[in-house]
Amino acid sequence: MFTQDEDTIVALATAPGVGAISVIRVSGEKSIELVDKIFLGKIKLIQAHTHTIHYGRISDSNNDLIDDVLVSVFKAPHSYTGENSIEISSHGSTLIVKKIIERLVEVGARLAEPGEFTKRAFLNGRIDLAQAEAVADIINSRTEASLRGARNQLDGLLSQKVNFLRNSLINSSSLIELELDFAEEDLEFVSLNQVLIQIDEIEKEIDDLISTYKFGRIIKDGINVALVGKPNVGKSSLLNYLLKEKRAIVSEIPGTTRDIIREEVNIDGILFTLYDTAGIRETDDVIEQEGVNRSVETIKNSDVVIFLNDIQTGFSQKLFDKLKSFTDEERIIKVINKIDLNPNFSFDCDVKISAKTGEGIDELFAVLKEKALGSESYSEKSAIVSNIRHLDALKRAKEYLENAKLSIEQKLSGEFIAVDLRNAESSLGEIIGRVTSDDILNNIFMKFCIGK
Amino acid sequence: MKEYDVIVVGGGHAGIEASVSAALMGCSVALVTMDKHAIGRMSCNPAIGGSAKGHLVHEVDALGGMMGLIADRTGIQFRTLNKSKGPAVWAGRCQSDRKLYSLEAENVIANTKNLEIVEDSIVEAFEENKKIVGVKTAKGNEIKCKALVVCSGTFLNGLMYTGFNATKGGRFGEPPAVGLTESLVKMGFVSGRLKTGTPPRLLKSSINWDILEEQPGDENPEPFSMRTPKEKFPYLPQVSCHITYTSPEVHKILEKGFDRSPLFTGLISGVGPRYCPSIEDKVVRFSDKERHQLFLEPEGLDSDLIYLNGFSSSLPAEIQFEALRKIKGLENVEMVRPAYAIEYDYFPPYQVDLTLETKLIEGLYFAGQINGTSGYEEAAGQGIVAGINAALKIQKRKEFVLSRNESYIGVLIDDLVGKSTDEPYRMFTSRAEHRLLLRQDNADRRLLKYGYEFGLIPEEMYKDLQNREVLIAKSVELFSQKRISPLNINQLLESKGINKIENGEIVGKLVKRPELNLKEVLENSGFNDDEIVLELLKNPKALEQVEIELKYEGYIQRQHELVEKMEKLEKIQIPLNFNYTNLKTISAEGREKLSKVKPRTIGQASRISGVTPSDISILLVYFKS
Repeated sequence: MFTQDEDTIVALATAPGVGAISVIRVSGEKSIELVDKIFLGKIKLIQAHTHTIHYGRISDSNNDLIDDVLVSVFKAPHSYTGENSIEISSHGSTLIVKKIIERLVEVGARLAEPGEFTKRAFLNGRIDLAQAEAVADIINSRTEASLRGARNQLDGLLSQKVNFLRNSLINSSSLIELELDFAEEDLEFVSLNQVLIQIDEIEKEIDDLISTYKFGRIIKDGINVALVGKPNVGKSSLLNYLLKEKRAIVSEIPGTTRDIIREEVNIDGILFTLYDTAGIRETDDVIEQEGVNRSVETIKNSDVVIFLNDIQTGFSQKLFDKLKSFTDEERIIKVINKIDLNPNFSFDCDVKISAKTGEGIDELFAVLKEKALGSESYSEKSAIVSNIRHLDALKRAKEYLENAKLSIEQKLSGEFIAVDLRNAESSLGEIIGRVTSDDILNNIFMKFCIGK
Repeated sequence: MKEYDVIVVGGGHAGIEASVSAALMGCSVALVTMDKHAIGRMSCNPAIGGSAKGHLVHEVDALGGMMGLIADRTGIQFRTLNKSKGPAVWAGRCQSDRKLYSLEAENVIANTKNLEIVEDSIVEAFEENKKIVGVKTAKGNEIKCKALVVCSGTFLNGLMYTGFNATKGGRFGEPPAVGLTESLVKMGFVSGRLKTGTPPRLLKSSINWDILEEQPGDENPEPFSMRTPKEKFPYLPQVSCHITYTSPEVHKILEKGFDRSPLFTGLISGVGPRYCPSIEDKVVRFSDKERHQLFLEPEGLDSDLIYLNGFSSSLPAEIQFEALRKIKGLENVEMVRPAYAIEYDYFPPYQVDLTLETKLIEGLYFAGQINGTSGYEEAAGQGIVAGINAALKIQKRKEFVLSRNESYIGVLIDDLVGKSTDEPYRMFTSRAEHRLLLRQDNADRRLLKYGYEFGLIPEEMYKDLQNREVLIAKSVELFSQKRISPLNINQLLESKGINKIENGEIVGKLVKRPELNLKEVLENSGFNDDEIVLELLKNPKALEQVEIELKYEGYIQRQHELVEKMEKLEKIQIPLNFNYTNLKTISAEGREKLSKVKPRTIGQASRISGVTPSDISILLVYFKS
């Protein structure tokens, strides 16, 4: 519990709207007593054991029934926030939820600010900084893979890895500091080449982490796919097929002359966001030009481009050349549509599909996935970077290590190397919320015989 | 009843600086010491300076302190350590003539105006309304004062051990100070026990010098103090140290005495320093090491004693003697005095503020080993800060706090207050995160202004620095733009075997080449008519600074990046009366330490030992929101 008179906070924990049930979460030292004021069950919740579920009724101030509910009791410190908490499962209705929350506020709770439950969990030492950020990611997860990625981080995989790297760095720094502060001692000082090797190893591991970011971002945010092709090659049919067979969710991006259609489709736990572009041919029409600009922008921001062609009209080389001026060729998947019409006719392409029959669609998504993720595959048990702040810190650490290596190569004295090693260490420390301290000296005292 | 503005207890290295600075600032000062001939007596090794310690001596000197001057006048071997490395870790060190050092120190005290020596010992301190008002001495006198600076060294309830033999005393042959600890504890202070040790003293004529490795001083010795006249330095003839080693045979003999070691048997409860372990500690902890290095340091020009650096011990004397005789060169050695360990009272330094005034009693200051430090230089650094602050307080002037990014003294005191050491604290350059900025060569640029402000540094010296600063700034600016023509410089580059330049090159860039120094570049620059260049070539001190600034520009820049990153935490204030006890989310240890230290900022909190990074994250979230 953070302070003696900590507020009790309340919020809806499930998605707003109509569903089978809704869960309302209450947290704070007095949360159990508070819910007791509006809940009528077999026993008083204050007497209930932690991790038990109780059936009862919640009534309004006039004693009129609001809903029959199930109440779960979690006692400090064994709850998500580390405080006493209650989860109320009511029938899924916006009105019921509204009434229950209003009732809780009446008896002394207040509405939680965004992220306040997680903040309390963090403040109560239930999770570390990287884990707290992962919680935000879990809440925003839209696919299973994304959820698993965030879960990994919540379990501290990234923290563990970064902590390990930071300790390696402290070992390297110790070797350098040893020679600076204990030059008079009869010690065997390490050759700088050995430090260089250590730095290289650490840097390689940082590189590996950095390279997971693409994957991390994709499992978190999904793969952005632009759909390009001449009119009538079947872009709309492809989208319609996905909508019908793969339960894609369609939305329109407003504010453009010709709105871009966006579809989100979840295949094998990965979120694909498909953008139907308006075309990229040159035009004098101002309004149309606006649409073209918008399309080019979409192509540039995409991870992969599906270049759709009609098997009847053949491969449009001109449009393909144009497309290559906006994005890397290797990001483009050449697709032939309408193979149901002329299955024996063929020309150079990556995937053949029929948006009408669905033939080849699964293969298309397999290729999409491979293009976006590359051949790299990460186990869900690897430490994965999906947060831009972490990526940034890792990149800075790498930069400092590069500087340190340069200093070693220029045969500069240890204190110059040490500046960058310290900076690198502190950059890694930022990820896991560690601050530079006496770690280096303590390490030296532990490992070397110091003292005249 | 007698009355002084300031009473300083103890005439060691902290006491000297505290009493002289307060007296020079115009306070009437009494220096209370048991024996005036013991002023400045070196309890342990006869040496001043060393890695990071040399930096402290330079800083004390720039503030107007005495240590550098005394060391310069009494040094018998001067060396600059780490000369093969960069300027930030160059560190001066000297062997001192122990007797002359003490004599010179007594001289300095005796010749300081407003400063009186009182040969006595303090047994009790008095406060009224949490303000210090006076003391009572062992001879039964009561003296009034406005400020009391306690620099008691190892004397508070000192207990010396050789084997199971325990003798009460603050130093070999001198009685302990009894009563003061108890009086302070009664006021509410918490005391602790620390341990340190000193190696045996050997008879010079009994050592076989011919077979030992010699370690001479530098050919061109550098003084510590900028006030030491170059033409008189060095004042004394210069001598060498010698080096020898222990062996597995020696270690075996030492092991025989482990069952009578007060350290291993738990008789000594005080914590000793990890960086200065006893020889038995080294044998145990690093059992795979076949030999440990020992230095034979002369105690003085006409002294027949040799200090055996590296062999501190608390084993029984006969074991020490037996082991010594198995060491190369010491086959026939006579041990004049065995090594001993000493245990003494200290007051865990979270109880003082960054001014070294205690948080509990106004006007009461602690400096030196009483704050848990080890080393003459660390003591001197605190002594001068305590003395200056005592005087400032009496004169109702603003307090004096040095920051971590401007001085090692600032690092030292911030560490003490924040981390409240539980082992004797020694300075290392790696403790200073701003190491590249805190060099011996720029101690005056960092700190002379304070020495001048407090009247401890003469005006002409300060004026001279100001003129130098102007020249440095002008030069750095000039050399960041001015180009040297290939015609002028290529001959020099060729003679050094480095790549010639094709087009004009900016001076600042050229100087970054490790093979080149600024002086030779300027002499071959063709800038013969540039006034700034001519002036700079005539001013070696300014030239050195310009060269360092240009050569290490990139590094100094990145050092600043780290400073800024850390400064962010320094800026988040914690209310003085903040109650940590309700912050149950912070680890129990973290809460306890935070409540004790009462850090002023999150930056300070982050350096407190026992406060974990997650505690800091919690404070950050708490105080940011």
